[in-house]
Amino acid sequence: MRKHVLMTTVALFVGATSTNIAAAGDVEVLHWWTSGGEAAALNVLKEGLEGQGIGWNDMPVAGGGGESAMTVLRARVTAGNAPTAVQGLGFDIIDWAKQGSLANLNDVAAKEGWDDVIPAALQQFAKVDGKWVSAPVNVHSTNWVWANKAVLDANGIAVPTTWDEFVAALDKLKAAGITPVAHGGQAWQEATVFDGVAMSVLGPDGYKAAFIDLDEATLGSDSMKEVFDRMGVIRANVDENFSGRDWNLATAMVINGEAGFQMMGDWAKGEFINAGKVPGEDFLCFRFPGTADQVTFNADQFMMFDQGGNVSPEQAALASAILAPSFQSAFNVVKGSVPARTDVSDEAFDACGKKGMADLAAAAKSGNLFGSMAHGHASAASVKNAMYDVITAHFNGEYDSATAVEELVDAVSIAK
Amino acid sequence: MASHATNPDFRTRLQNWIPKLVLSPSLALILFFVYGFIFFTVYLSFTDSRILPSFGWVGFENYEKLFRLRHWDIAVSNLVVFSGLYIFFCTVIGLMLAIFLDQKIRGESVLRPIYLYPMALSFIVTGTAWKWFLDPGIGLEHTMHLWGWESFEFNWIKDRNFAIYTVVLAAVWQSSGFVMAMFLAGLRGIDNEMLKAAQMDGASNFSLYRRIIILQLRPAFLSAFVILSHLAIKSYDLVVALTGGGPGRATEVPATFMYSYTFTRNQMGIGASSAVTMLLTIVAIMVPYLYSELREKK
Amino acid sequence: MAIASSDTAIRTGRVTRFFLYLVLILFALFYLLPFGVMLVNSVKPLAEITGGNMLSLPDVWTLEPWFKAWSSAQIGVEATGLSPYFWNSIKMVVPAVAISTILGALNGYVLTKWRFKYDTLIFGMMLFACFIPFQIVLIPMARILGLTGLAGSTPGLVLVHVVFGLGFTTLYFKNYYQVFPTELIRAAQIDGAGFFRIFQRILLPSSGPIIVVSVIWQFTNIWNDFLFGASFADLDSQPMTVALNNLVQSSHGVKEYNVHFAGAVFAALPTLLVYIVAGRYFVRGLMAGSVKG
Repeated sequence: MRKHVLMTTVALFVGATSTNIAAAGDVEVLHWWTSGGEAAALNVLKEGLEGQGIGWNDMPVAGGGGESAMTVLRARVTAGNAPTAVQGLGFDIIDWAKQGSLANLNDVAAKEGWDDVIPAALQQFAKVDGKWVSAPVNVHSTNWVWANKAVLDANGIAVPTTWDEFVAALDKLKAAGITPVAHGGQAWQEATVFDGVAMSVLGPDGYKAAFIDLDEATLGSDSMKEVFDRMGVIRANVDENFSGRDWNLATAMVINGEAGFQMMGDWAKGEFINAGKVPGEDFLCFRFPGTADQVTFNADQFMMFDQGGNVSPEQAALASAILAPSFQSAFNVVKGSVPARTDVSDEAFDACGKKGMADLAAAAKSGNLFGSMAHGHASAASVKNAMYDVITAHFNGEYDSATAVEELVDAVSIAK
Repeated sequence: MASHATNPDFRTRLQNWIPKLVLSPSLALILFFVYGFIFFTVYLSFTDSRILPSFGWVGFENYEKLFRLRHWDIAVSNLVVFSGLYIFFCTVIGLMLAIFLDQKIRGESVLRPIYLYPMALSFIVTGTAWKWFLDPGIGLEHTMHLWGWESFEFNWIKDRNFAIYTVVLAAVWQSSGFVMAMFLAGLRGIDNEMLKAAQMDGASNFSLYRRIIILQLRPAFLSAFVILSHLAIKSYDLVVALTGGGPGRATEVPATFMYSYTFTRNQMGIGASSAVTMLLTIVAIMVPYLYSELREKK
Repeated sequence: MAIASSDTAIRTGRVTRFFLYLVLILFALFYLLPFGVMLVNSVKPLAEITGGNMLSLPDVWTLEPWFKAWSSAQIGVEATGLSPYFWNSIKMVVPAVAISTILGALNGYVLTKWRFKYDTLIFGMMLFACFIPFQIVLIPMARILGLTGLAGSTPGLVLVHVVFGLGFTTLYFKNYYQVFPTELIRAAQIDGAGFFRIFQRILLPSSGPIIVVSVIWQFTNIWNDFLFGASFADLDSQPMTVALNNLVQSSHGVKEYNVHFAGAVFAALPTLLVYIVAGRYFVRGLMAGSVKG
């Protein structure tokens, strides 16, 4: 009897996977792009679809870099009411594909030749077990440093290319009474800085071993302690009031000349452009010192959810509209990122955008393109967050570097 | 007249059934949606569920992992500190305001809604305002500096050892007025004759309150305790809105822990085991209380 | 009872009274401050906010942020403002509050005036249900809503809020009816009045204060809920809190704090209104109900 009850309950709660509800002729899109610029960029996509007679049902859920949206998504999938397309990142896409929740886009992909134009490192997160399951929108890279040119010039600082030059620059700014590093104290922002620092200390092989292969020896190595020591140096160069600050407010500090540098992904560029600043003249973009050849990336994609077995014409139309070169160019010019396909012209992009596209192409060719740990493109969400815990605790002074290394090994082993 | 004999009988029996019928939908809803779900969560906590529920049995592994996580220790000790201070200050402030308001205060009808209104607002609404207020760069500290008090310092929200107290501050702001209303209601229910008699005997105001009135308020204390502990355990948006669990992870509480492991870290098994641990704690505290309360009334 | 209270036995001197007023007014300021900050900054142009004093009154008064928040702020792809979501919330809150209050009243009536074996146990179980953390409810609830076809609809949200509000409404009504003289009920029974008749004629007319308490409590909780609203709502049923969250959480670009604050004030208006209109009965309801054993 008891067993019977258990089974019934389980059956009730698990049940079959999704059944289609979205009305024919419409696509429902769950995303967290609600700010003015992003929404305007998405609107390009929406209008394109409406031109083909396909309605766009908008389901925005902002907050926490997509955390709220992912919670909603779980509820929707469990209810058998999955949206047509959902904004997704890295390992989340793979996890959903493994659950069997995603559609098979191979027909669209074959027709439009996605295999040839999308970099292999990115395909890893869009094509699971030989099936295309999501449509990549862009490639962000995270190992950028943004600097206020006027501040640097006034203090006689050239673009630093090594860690020592960078430290010297920070010291000069500090002496001049300027906050050397603009930073927002949120776990993901600390991890973003960590991405660049780790890449420069560990090198590409060490980065891969530590964050992608989760090799315990590398995670617990002396070089890792050096990474944390350098994080400590950066910590000593942020202002008092950094904790909890949003990243765009930190960017504003660089724009206004209150701070010299910010380590942040290329979405920060949009803030400079919005403020009417010109790359190369008012602000500088360069790779984190010691990572000139490497690119740590993350990519926004739209996962296509299975709508009852086959890909509807609307879903296919949405997927191909996302990959259309014109949309890729228009969207990424606004967003600060670079197109997910390599055959898009860089004509419409500014200096930093052109550099980003060139860097990406070069890194992809030379095997220097790696998924960003901080943005869920190196390891699964559980491991990523376990690393966040340690990095943010160290940055906030809870651990010294030696303890942080021990904790990192331990946290990863629990989360694996 | 013959029918009269059977009719009441039938009616009595019907009358006996109606109350139970009326109660049964609510009971069924609660049994299914609360106890069924609890049962399901207990089951999940023994499985290898990650992104969605799955049913590979792993025994106590999730619990072992949970208790190895420093993160969980922080969350639990924060809840102890938070709920202790929160319940204490809400009760003290609530009681004080209620006693003061009960002194035939002019403008009571204006003051009372002012004290009560924070309970009406969610932290999605007031979160930004509180964050501003507590932020040294734009909030109270900044304002004091602008007004010429240069040495004023209030940066608790940025300090990992003090941030939890800012959460207490905002939480007390939200619910102490509600507690005030409960005590005020209690005070208004006390028989004045008894007080007058005691006053005749020369008791001072202070001893009147200490000896008689506070004792009479026992039911109000108990209700306040139930409501406050319920709010303390569920405090989630408060923490998310104010500190996001930071600086670092210094203000994480079990509610945010549960949420992040279940929904953002894809470790639903550990999330479920933390939920079960919390539920057991609630049972340990609430059941003896409910038992004694409900028995007394018989 | 409220009338009796105005004749309190405690007398206070002039110095004490000055002190009393001082404390009461200081606390009033403390309670008003966050909302005051919101209100003041919602009528300032953005330029005055950034770099200004959060407490100073605006140099230039503007209602622009209010209009923007209501009808043209960017919530998703479309710049609809908060207005459509406001009505979604109303459509959800009103039935949910009404149903949970009616059920709570009937439950309280049964549990106090029609006692039967194990009724205390049942009440205890309902009360304990108040303490369930909502996070654990989410996934199984989604499954049930999906199976019943209620997912993504207003009736689905109403169901969720009724279920998780029942414990409290039952508690309030039970405590209130507990002290209601049972003799009156017995007398009516002897006169041949049935279950519903007694409820309607005898208990309901004197239930005003406790209905107010229950309505205030439920209205506030349901209106302010974010988690259920975000998870179980669809395009045409998303409540106000979800839209407000989308407005204030968007992270790129300039943060329009004045519009955010205006939106927040909009989101708060209905609950504030309920508190102000019904608030005077609130203490009376509590007095007769939940604080008496």
